[in-house]
Amino acid sequence: MLDLIVSVLTRTIIAGTPLLLATLGEIVTERGGIINLGIEGLMSAGAVTAFIVTFTTGNPWLGMLAAILVGILLSSIHGFVSIGLRANQVVSGLALTMLGLGISGLWGKPYIGRLLPKRMPRLNIPGLSDMPVLGSILFNHDWYVYLSIVVGIVIWFLLKHTRMGITLRSVGENPKAAESQGISVNRVKYFAVMTGGGLAGMAGAYLSTAYSGSWNEGITAGRGWIVIALTIFALWQPGGAFLGAYLFGGIFVLQYMLQPLGISPNLLAMLPYLSTLLVLFIYGMSKSGQRRMNAPATLGEPYVRGER
Amino acid sequence: MQLDLLPRERTTASLNLLILLGSLFAGLLAISVVFALNGVNPFLAIFYIFKGSFGSWYGIKETITKAIPLILIGSGLAMAYKAKFWNIGAESQLLVGAIFATWTGLTLGPHLPAIVIVPLMFLMAFIGGALWGMVPAVLKVKFGINEVISTLMLNYIAAEFVKYLVVGPWKGETKGGYPYTDDLPAQAILKHFPYSRISPVLLILAVVGALILGWLVYRSRFGYEIRVIGENTHAARYSGINFFRTSVLLMAVSGGMAGLAGAGELMSIHNYLSYPESLSAGYGFTAIIVAWLARLNPSFTIISGLFFAGIIVGGDAIQITMGMPAATVNVFNGMILVFLIMGDFFISHRVRIRLRSAVHA
Repeated sequence: MLDLIVSVLTRTIIAGTPLLLATLGEIVTERGGIINLGIEGLMSAGAVTAFIVTFTTGNPWLGMLAAILVGILLSSIHGFVSIGLRANQVVSGLALTMLGLGISGLWGKPYIGRLLPKRMPRLNIPGLSDMPVLGSILFNHDWYVYLSIVVGIVIWFLLKHTRMGITLRSVGENPKAAESQGISVNRVKYFAVMTGGGLAGMAGAYLSTAYSGSWNEGITAGRGWIVIALTIFALWQPGGAFLGAYLFGGIFVLQYMLQPLGISPNLLAMLPYLSTLLVLFIYGMSKSGQRRMNAPATLGEPYVRGER
Repeated sequence: MQLDLLPRERTTASLNLLILLGSLFAGLLAISVVFALNGVNPFLAIFYIFKGSFGSWYGIKETITKAIPLILIGSGLAMAYKAKFWNIGAESQLLVGAIFATWTGLTLGPHLPAIVIVPLMFLMAFIGGALWGMVPAVLKVKFGINEVISTLMLNYIAAEFVKYLVVGPWKGETKGGYPYTDDLPAQAILKHFPYSRISPVLLILAVVGALILGWLVYRSRFGYEIRVIGENTHAARYSGINFFRTSVLLMAVSGGMAGLAGAGELMSIHNYLSYPESLSAGYGFTAIIVAWLARLNPSFTIISGLFFAGIIVGGDAIQITMGMPAATVNVFNGMILVFLIMGDFFISHRVRIRLRSAVHA
């Protein structure tokens, strides 16, 4: 029984890692006032890029870097359209998802069914990984798992305790005030979108070069949309992203394990979406709740400089 | 040299059309670049896509078949977007319509003649899609929940529910273990034009539906309210428009149209309920671009629906003729959508190019 619990929790951490990385990115993006619905496409493009680069160079680290770069480049399209041209962010994000899924299908065609000779290596943290129970749950993973935790802590620290974080938040909350403080609002917004894109690309890289070691169309399997839900579920807080990512990751793992007990995997798969709606509903029941939820005030609205 | 972007005071219909065609052309150009970088001859690929969809009778018939759901859904979406209600849940409104139609067809169908059961199934599908569409409207107006998020969540909830139904309680006894419901009774299945998969009933429903929605948006009191809300939500609230009633009604129609598309796919193409991705093939998302290309005029989705149905059919064709992956269609859709919304900028803004030297001269 203990072995089973350890195995479930270990796999929960693994399943939660790509969700965590991309959600942290989307939190940064949305804190800057931009919603990016293109995560599914960015993750897919990241996954195929990382696979191809790792496959040809034999170096999963290069794969990761390439995926981050592709994520940044593709998301800058969303940045240009929604920041530069002030177009509708919802439609632009959807277009990015289609584009990302499309080009990853094109790029990845010759690689379908191939296996990576070398995946992202594991790191058993000396000393800690020998601990009973906790050792194998927490300290016996590949590099991505630890990196995602480091990224989460760094983003938490930057948002909460640095000038940079205040700048980002003020751009999402009240861009006019930020502009009058001498902040270049659009530059910050681009930065937020591209940070989110890079992390979504990295999340995709995790799927193809650590999680599975192969590429196929549909490798992201809707994770990009779960990330959109998770960002709200986390109430735009990195701490919430940790909680949500591992919770939703756990649901992922349990889906098929509970099937023999007569619990429908499909009904379980609804849980992330239902619980996100529920969070929104509970906060939405009162005006004070809507305020407490603390959504970035100008989320999704185009910003026009100097407009009153 | 200096570039100035100035708001455009007014636009003309011919300018709009010019920008639209320019966006499409620029989109095709960008797609060509993506193809060329992948070692695919872009002229050949684009030629084969349009040859596959419009270059033969078979292609044209398949294009019309796939245009029907796109027109039904796209016209409803255009109406919602006109009020700036960002319904991206058409995919699930379609599914819920199909669920309602399936239930009606399987339980009441065997006891009723075609003339009763077919309209009844369409009605039930419309109600199903409408109810599912009204949820985000209520959530938005009464609880301040962003409709993009709620419709997105509802998409996944409905999709998982359909999967649950077809592997669980509704699994057909005659389907040998496949995740399908039993076939609908014969009188609930729509007849086709000879040698095609086009149902005349459905074709008329789509075209007339799009025209009625177009009339509603531009010629009725309801449509006037929709347009006022879309242009200025705050002004609409103070001008005596019942924001709640209009939003809910609007989403009932928008969702209902998607529900009709679900019933149509069910009764004309599949004849049984199955996995969501085989029932809809992403029509709910493609219809978003259909609505956009129609410049949010529901009647124009008849044309833009045909165009994107052509790309779907042509996309299938180049999978065979050029061995390209299924996702190629996504490159088309995504790229064209990006350029369409870029084009919107030039409809609302004009670019003035000033040469420095000329200014100083």
